[in-house]
Amino acid sequence: MSFDVVSVRRQFPILSQMIDGKPIHYLDNGASAQTPVAVLDAVRKYETTGRANVLRGVHRLAERATEAYENARTEVAAFLGVKPMEIVFTGGCTAAINLVAYSYGSLLKPGDRILLSELEHHSNIVPWQLLRARAGIEIDMLPVTEDGRIDLGQLPRLLTPRTRLVSVAHVSNVTGALVDVKMVVDAAKMAGAKVMLDGAQRAPHGPIDVPSLGVDFYVFAGHKAYGPNGIGVLWARPELQEAMPPFHGGGSMIGRVTFAETTWAPPPRRFEAGTPPIGPAIGLGAACGWMRGLDWAGAHEHEMALVQRVMDGLQKVDGARLFGPAGLQNRYPVVSFTLEGVHPHDVAQMLDSFGVAVRAGHHCAQPLMDHFDLDGTTRVSIAPYNDNSDIDALLAGVRHAAKTLR
Amino acid sequence: MNDQLYQDRIVALAKAKTGAGKLATPTRSARRDNPLCGDRVTMDVRLENGRIAEIAHQVRGCLLCQASASALASVAVGRDSADIALLRHDAERALGREPGTAAAPFDAFAPVAAHKSRQDCVLLPFEALKDALS
Repeated sequence: MSFDVVSVRRQFPILSQMIDGKPIHYLDNGASAQTPVAVLDAVRKYETTGRANVLRGVHRLAERATEAYENARTEVAAFLGVKPMEIVFTGGCTAAINLVAYSYGSLLKPGDRILLSELEHHSNIVPWQLLRARAGIEIDMLPVTEDGRIDLGQLPRLLTPRTRLVSVAHVSNVTGALVDVKMVVDAAKMAGAKVMLDGAQRAPHGPIDVPSLGVDFYVFAGHKAYGPNGIGVLWARPELQEAMPPFHGGGSMIGRVTFAETTWAPPPRRFEAGTPPIGPAIGLGAACGWMRGLDWAGAHEHEMALVQRVMDGLQKVDGARLFGPAGLQNRYPVVSFTLEGVHPHDVAQMLDSFGVAVRAGHHCAQPLMDHFDLDGTTRVSIAPYNDNSDIDALLAGVRHAAKTLR
Repeated sequence: MNDQLYQDRIVALAKAKTGAGKLATPTRSARRDNPLCGDRVTMDVRLENGRIAEIAHQVRGCLLCQASASALASVAVGRDSADIALLRHDAERALGREPGTAAAPFDAFAPVAAHKSRQDCVLLPFEALKDALS
């Protein structure tokens, strides 16, 4: 049976809204995805029937809140194929990477090296630069190929005996390219380095069997994966979590506090100082449950058919240039393009008048823009609830921008 | 709504590219970036007795930024930094950030009043020119 996009769309109330009398064609999922009723209901249930702080209170509402919060951890763990207590809730994907850069980073020594790639989001560059300034580590960079993939052929040259971590995007937020994880992991293990994947753009496209990837850290954002804002996830191997010192200090992360000495709680509590984002965590748990219930074989085929429709349509527009892999293999539904003579922001603004929401600019990936000598691109990022009408509205808007703005 | 934003006068200003390019021997030069969108404006000026004798700009940015730089270059010659500050008030009025009615050519930017996220695109050339004159 083919993928039932109509029934998926129906679960996202925002998509039935009209703006200026036009339907919404939401193709900015890579920035933030929309939220299904299942997630809204879970958050509302917590806020209206179980709102309290977690882990501390003995009253009924605190019990409900704690149970819902820990159930969310179990849902997220199931989504990643790992154990619940290996999941750390963070304030977002950026917060998760900063946690690793600070905490795992504190175990590194001056002269140790981190290997990143040229296509990384700034959130997987800047925390390492802060660590470099703090701890005297060095940063190396895997370049990108002309079709917007990480050039893994450079791994042997750039992995050194001092490389402690390779941290790369599982899927590029600009080109949609899926990294060959096995190749990264095999090379890193040979060099004795750990591997972290930034899964921000991969998680919204279905469950991930993290253990089979062989990586050491995995992070993703809630709001890009149909969950609320203000929540993200860090998974790290238990032995690494055990070795890592706290990032933030405060309540919940302690064993015993005296003015002379404080001991730390075991992970994941060690990394969840203070009152966590309880409602958002519960919402993310529901989002992971919702994703686990979706037919991803069908959804992926549907998403990639839409990518093909975008690429076919853009290739017919004079002056449109696509970035990223030419085909559909080993990629996810993110398409970046430029329109000769029209700035990406103007393309995006024109698309807005067609009811089409896209992202334009450098996508927090300025080194990649520099590589291609671009001011920016216009980015189309697709979710399972998108359909042909979204793509056709996009293409109509691009054609209109090409006709009127140059 | 955005067809109104990209009205003919704004598109015409951008396409006119008045002052686009570089000066061979600028007295002063300044570059300004908008870190949010990545737009970049470089302004070159040649000054005589504190007044702009020649102006040129390079814009790596959107149509609104190009149109604003073009409008600014079209009226900048013969003016000093105080005059340019007055012109900026005109642009601010067009954008609805200050009361009053804007005069030409900056009244062309009135449609941007409804698009707050794009107003910095219009003001970036003013920022670069202010730096070049200070």
